[in-house]
Amino acid sequence: MTRTIGRRSLCAAGAILTLILLSQQARADDAAVKIDNFTFIPETITVKPGTVVKWTNEDDIPHSIVGVGGKIHSKAFDTNETFSFTFSEPGTYSYYCGLHPHMKGKIIVAP
Amino acid sequence: MTQNTHDRRTVLECMVWAGTGVLWTIAGGVPQSSLLGIGEANAQAATGFNFLQISDSHIGFKQAANPNPLVTLQEAIGKVGTLTAKPAFMIHTGDISHLSKAAEFDDAEKVISGAKLDVHYVPGEHDIVDEGRGADYMQRFGKKLQARGTGWYSFDHAGVHFVGLVNVADLKAGGMGALGAEQLAWLADDLKGKSNSTPLVIFAHIPLWTVNADWGWGTDDAMQALALVKRFGSVTVLNGHIHQIMQKVEGAVTFHTARSTAFPQPAPGTAPSPGPMKVPDDQLRSVLGTTSIAVRQGTQPLAIIDSTLA
Repeated sequence: MTRTIGRRSLCAAGAILTLILLSQQARADDAAVKIDNFTFIPETITVKPGTVVKWTNEDDIPHSIVGVGGKIHSKAFDTNETFSFTFSEPGTYSYYCGLHPHMKGKIIVAP
Repeated sequence: MTQNTHDRRTVLECMVWAGTGVLWTIAGGVPQSSLLGIGEANAQAATGFNFLQISDSHIGFKQAANPNPLVTLQEAIGKVGTLTAKPAFMIHTGDISHLSKAAEFDDAEKVISGAKLDVHYVPGEHDIVDEGRGADYMQRFGKKLQARGTGWYSFDHAGVHFVGLVNVADLKAGGMGALGAEQLAWLADDLKGKSNSTPLVIFAHIPLWTVNADWGWGTDDAMQALALVKRFGSVTVLNGHIHQIMQKVEGAVTFHTARSTAFPQPAPGTAPSPGPMKVPDDQLRSVLGTTSIAVRQGTQPLAIIDSTLA
């Protein structure tokens, strides 16, 4: 036996769904990568277009962010300093540290 | 020991310099006599000369491993005056500064000038992070060294040919150090007229052999450079970057890395990453130092003597 879903339930469900969608939108605005022990953590992240990715250097040595293909080339930033970049266009952005090129990471930008 | 296929004449030519055995002593404090009994006093032979290598001064670094690298650089330079075998000049194998800032270069140069020696620099990766990605280094050092490209050049001293190479520029993702095609072409041309018995000293920041690939301690296209020097009877490769002494001998080629004057780094595989290593304060000077290289013509081998600050 089925009952049609009441209007109140529908509204509640709709409200919850909207809240979930809205909070996901808010998380898309910024993303964090930390640099620790010559490693980008997390190594790969997926973000929405328009996200500002912020790298924080927790090592005792400066690092820099260089995008494969040349679109990103930060200054060297030292211990506890940060570098931010806004990823507007969808795509996969591989990058590495300009001083220590064996350090690699990836930002996937998808709607 | 050698796998050369030289004919007898070439072998005899190369034996003039006899770069087949390298002496070095690694000890805290005063350099010790070598295995062949050639002490520092004997090193003042009639012919030949000494030169000094310093490396990785990192002026501008201020973390726990050494909050004041200018002080330890000053101590290293202070010791130069006490050497019985006076160096003819100095080479600096890079990471002069920590962040390529003008004040850092200024401070480093001022202290180093206290040695009153000509200094032949090559840049480390920390020296080319200015806005112009090495333009400041070239303006300050490259020009007066008459360097090309990102800072490579050569010079001669008492019959020895010195080549300064740059393996820290335009590095590629996932790679180690790199010399690049333009520099390798220049090197081939630079060596063209030199006879096989000309002793070569090659210096560059990152080791020209793979000390540890995971940590980027090597140079991707070094084999091409080493192929160019294979015919020479005595080749000495001096590097920095790893802030510790590593060495190997391969045929007529001797590789040696110097300590830093700023801070030590861990031995490969002994730490999660190659960052600055903090040691107890009273031990710092025993892991920092400089290197003196004695070049002698004749049957005595090249002597590489490392000294610590304390």
